[in-house]
Amino acid sequence: MFGKLTLEALKHEESQNSAVLSMLFCGLILIGLITYLKRWKWLWHEWITTVDPKRIGIMYIVVVLIMFFKGFGDAIMMRLQQALAVDGPGFLSAGHFQEVFSAHGTTMIFFVAMGVVFALLNLIVPLQIGARDVAFPFLNALSFWLFAAGAMLTLISLAVGKFSTSGWLAYPPLSGLEYSPNEGVDYWIWMVQISGVGSTLSGVNFLITILKMRCPGMTFMKMPIFVWSALCSMILVIFAFPILTATLYMLTLDRYLGMHFFTVAAGGNYMMYVNLIWAWGHPEVYILILPIFGVFSEIVSTFSEKRLFGYVSMVWALILIAFYSFVVWVHHFFTMGASPHVNAFFGIMTMVIAIPTGVKLFNWLFTKYRGRVHFTSPMLWFFAFVLNFTIAGMTGVLLSSPPVDFQVHNSLFLIAHFHGMVIGGFLFGFFAAFTYWFPKFTGFHLDEKLNRYAFWFWMIGFLLAFMPLYMLGFMGATRRLDHYQASTGWHPLFVIVFIGALIILCGALVQFVGLFWSIWIRKRNWDYSGGDPWNGRTLEWSIPSPPPIYNFAVIPTVDQLDPLWAEKQRGLPKNEIVYEDIHLPRNTPMGFYIGIFSLIFGFAMVWLIWWLALAGFAGILICVIIRLSGKDAHDHISANEVQKIEESYRTGKQTAL
Amino acid sequence: MKDSLTIHHKDTLELNPDLSIPDPHQDTYSKTILGFWMYLMTDCLVFASLFCTYAILHRETFGGPSSRELFDLTTAFIETMILLFSSVTCGFGMLAALKDEKRKVLFWLAISFLLGASFIFIELREFSEFVHAGHDWTKSAFLSAFFALVGTHGLHVSFGLLWLAVMMGQIHYAGITVDTFRRLSVFSLFWHFLDLIWIFIFTFVYLMGVI
Amino acid sequence: MKKARQPVFYLLFFSGLIFILFLIMQPLSVIHFRDYITVIFPEGIVGTDERNLLLIIQALMLVIVLPVYILTFVFSWKYNANNPKGSYDPDLVDNTAAEFIWWGVPLILTAIVSVLTWVKTHQLDPFKPLESDRKPLTVQVIALQWKWLFLYPEQQVASLNFLQIPVDTPIRFEITADAPMNSFWIPDLGGQIYAMPKMKTILNLMASNTGDFRGSSANISGEGFASMHFITRSSTDEDFQKWITEAKESSQKLDFKSYNQLTSPSQGNPATTYSLQDTHLFEQIINKYMHPIAKE
Repeated sequence: MFGKLTLEALKHEESQNSAVLSMLFCGLILIGLITYLKRWKWLWHEWITTVDPKRIGIMYIVVVLIMFFKGFGDAIMMRLQQALAVDGPGFLSAGHFQEVFSAHGTTMIFFVAMGVVFALLNLIVPLQIGARDVAFPFLNALSFWLFAAGAMLTLISLAVGKFSTSGWLAYPPLSGLEYSPNEGVDYWIWMVQISGVGSTLSGVNFLITILKMRCPGMTFMKMPIFVWSALCSMILVIFAFPILTATLYMLTLDRYLGMHFFTVAAGGNYMMYVNLIWAWGHPEVYILILPIFGVFSEIVSTFSEKRLFGYVSMVWALILIAFYSFVVWVHHFFTMGASPHVNAFFGIMTMVIAIPTGVKLFNWLFTKYRGRVHFTSPMLWFFAFVLNFTIAGMTGVLLSSPPVDFQVHNSLFLIAHFHGMVIGGFLFGFFAAFTYWFPKFTGFHLDEKLNRYAFWFWMIGFLLAFMPLYMLGFMGATRRLDHYQASTGWHPLFVIVFIGALIILCGALVQFVGLFWSIWIRKRNWDYSGGDPWNGRTLEWSIPSPPPIYNFAVIPTVDQLDPLWAEKQRGLPKNEIVYEDIHLPRNTPMGFYIGIFSLIFGFAMVWLIWWLALAGFAGILICVIIRLSGKDAHDHISANEVQKIEESYRTGKQTAL
Repeated sequence: MKDSLTIHHKDTLELNPDLSIPDPHQDTYSKTILGFWMYLMTDCLVFASLFCTYAILHRETFGGPSSRELFDLTTAFIETMILLFSSVTCGFGMLAALKDEKRKVLFWLAISFLLGASFIFIELREFSEFVHAGHDWTKSAFLSAFFALVGTHGLHVSFGLLWLAVMMGQIHYAGITVDTFRRLSVFSLFWHFLDLIWIFIFTFVYLMGVI
Repeated sequence: MKKARQPVFYLLFFSGLIFILFLIMQPLSVIHFRDYITVIFPEGIVGTDERNLLLIIQALMLVIVLPVYILTFVFSWKYNANNPKGSYDPDLVDNTAAEFIWWGVPLILTAIVSVLTWVKTHQLDPFKPLESDRKPLTVQVIALQWKWLFLYPEQQVASLNFLQIPVDTPIRFEITADAPMNSFWIPDLGGQIYAMPKMKTILNLMASNTGDFRGSSANISGEGFASMHFITRSSTDEDFQKWITEAKESSQKLDFKSYNQLTSPSQGNPATTYSLQDTHLFEQIINKYMHPIAKE
């Protein structure tokens, strides 16, 4: 009746029990708050059924923040364990520790980093290309709800049953049925697979949006560089995610139907899994970082009051990085015994990617050269990015040389490298983007002083938490160890690393509290500039903050890069504006319903509750059929209404979020 | 009909100028077709991964039968012809839709459905023969790769049949409108794509497996 | 406000200070932890070669990294909006010569490192035998759950969780697993290679000094993975022969049957030596997975 699910699944270790209880507690508080404020209808009409990418982007951010909290909690637990477990067991059992680090990586990559990418794309791309929406608004909403379903499955896996203990990529044979018979790997498969479908759909969506919905005059070489970075990232999504889908599919077949793709026996080839998963995995990390490069290009340019240096070169750098990301995947497993020809080739290809990346760094620096640089907190994050990402890039080149990699592969040196990339690069870029575009969607600024405190905490905490890891790698410390001997000499460094993690925690708490504090005191930081608080250069700053639902009352026409800046320089007189009727897609609950059914389906598949899985799947099919029958519903805003809304902005009667 | 998409031209699709399509700037048809092509590319890559895997695993028979001993080219050839014809009839259906001939559309779609269904029937029969002879997907990597690759294609065709049935229902009740024509175009892309994938399967799995 | 320092000053000063502190910590910690930093101060020739390559590449990278740091600090100071001395030239949006430099110099550096990598990857191929006038010793390594089994087929001896090798002798490790993917790593001697079921990888290492070195598994293979550390003892020839002789007289015998008992999961097994009854045990273990077996 309930497949493999029994009450045993609810029994956990002490530390996990308290995590589950606090999660439930938070959930109940949230539900209570919404009920108390009588906001259920508002939530349904304005958020859950929305197809507006601005709203969807904000929902992505909400899920990202929740999942970041969970992933960071995992990290603190890991480092605490490693600071304690010298010649002894620490406070986590080995199995639990392995669940924790597997969850940490999975959460951070799939539900924080990918969420951030799609949040940024939803919020910024339509605005920057002068469009009112994305190409497929319903698909966009659906992608978000699939993402949310995957995230929910992650949280459920904390409370019901065990999670995977085979790392964030679940290499077989360890992740196969023989060595991981329990539900852990199945949780991992379904949460990644479901959110992966959402990612693929978003890839198609944003690609078509950028290709077909740019405003008149915006040729490719007049697109904002962030849009270029989004374009390259989405091309990578389209090429890479299907490989992930297929590979997880094959692992699923192995585990559910007893097939032999990746088993040891019967001719299976688990090394092929490693190849396939990294053929996805390497483009994946570029999918994450390219939009962040775009973010920094926008921020450095705006806050240097100067156009991005070497725009054409930057575009080519993006394209080259995207292309090369497909020919380097073997560098993740030089030690798997490939011939020196193969290893050396992939090593050299990996080094080649460092060239366009370095080019970007220099172009950013020379954007600042002879500019007027304002050190707002986004620029502080850029500063931290340059210092930290450069170190990580340097160690990346070290790792790309196979003989060197033989000594540091899978050690904490590797962990330090990629966290330098993900935190020093990606996360700092997200923080910069968050601060930079926050006023656009809310109408007020984040508290700048708290931003600066957060910056210093993160900067110092990051260095303390990750620089010693390079040394630990040189001391022979492998990753994912739940205990070790004092004779290795690693203990003092693990203590320092844990302290660094605590300092980062302070930074994160400052940001978290800072967010709510900024909302509380928003009147003090109100944006009175009419939507352009930073003296921006691109189209998103030409509309009010927060933007009206249709973004642009009149679709703009552009004739050069940085069109808003050009317009401000020219000091154009305002022509007579001719308003048109605007048609926008109507809200629909179908995306949410399909998300719910996917969650049910995923959960049922994990626990082998076949009737429930069938019901979930049928639910998805029925919703899809309903959605794809009947007419495409649209909402209609007449030209008069548009004129009234626009004029209310001019007279300052805009409403706050 | 006010919602009728086309004017009766023999060889071109010309939008009915009286049509009140919401926001003519939105360009829904071409965006949708291009978007679906992109989706098909991703599906193609899924199949490519399965093909790659098959290529690596097809010799791992683990003491069991190899492709040479197992595959019946006649069956595969019949399946190929069936699918090819169903693509042709689907094409005829699209031509009829361009001419706004609802009854003909339904006729050709029904033929495509029957052909597709018989493809699935034959394929299932082939599979059950293998399984009953003891050559199921748990026996070797080769068999796993075979069942997964061909079976996944079959799953896609089955899903296509469901989609086709829904389209037939929509056209029956609403006729050829802007929306049903667009969806039918998208479906026919999917159907032709599946035929293309099958050609690859026939060539690389069956033909080359028997040589 | 004119008297107070520009805010950028504090940013640059404190971040510069932090980085200098971390820089100073490097040599200090190297000195303090010297004995433990096995990758930088290895005891084997392969490890030494790998370390040298690391240092060369690191030095070449600094050619790019140092200018980036210097420019970052200088530009941040000179061109910050509150500094009247920085000229403002909003039309300076590209410069072909500059592009040539920062595409070209990294390209040249990459070419150098690439050639170096190509050569060294071939020289340091783990499968390649080491040059020595001494006869290589073959040790067969099997990763189990969660222990290491070492077979010495020529000496007809086996050892669990303990490896002894003669110094200055090329060792040819033939490695497999009867467990999920592991990685055989003795950082003091050189780089690692994966230990995989049904596969045989080869790692050639040679110790230059005597001593006890820590070995471990560098790839997660299940719950007891962290317990998979072992001592590698590099000893003189005489001591090695003595150990072999003692092991041959061990009461424990290892053949395929008694080996099967070892495959059941266990952690923290004490170092044990065996007399190896079956010199083809290694091949049998790999072949286990090659044919359909009636029994489990």
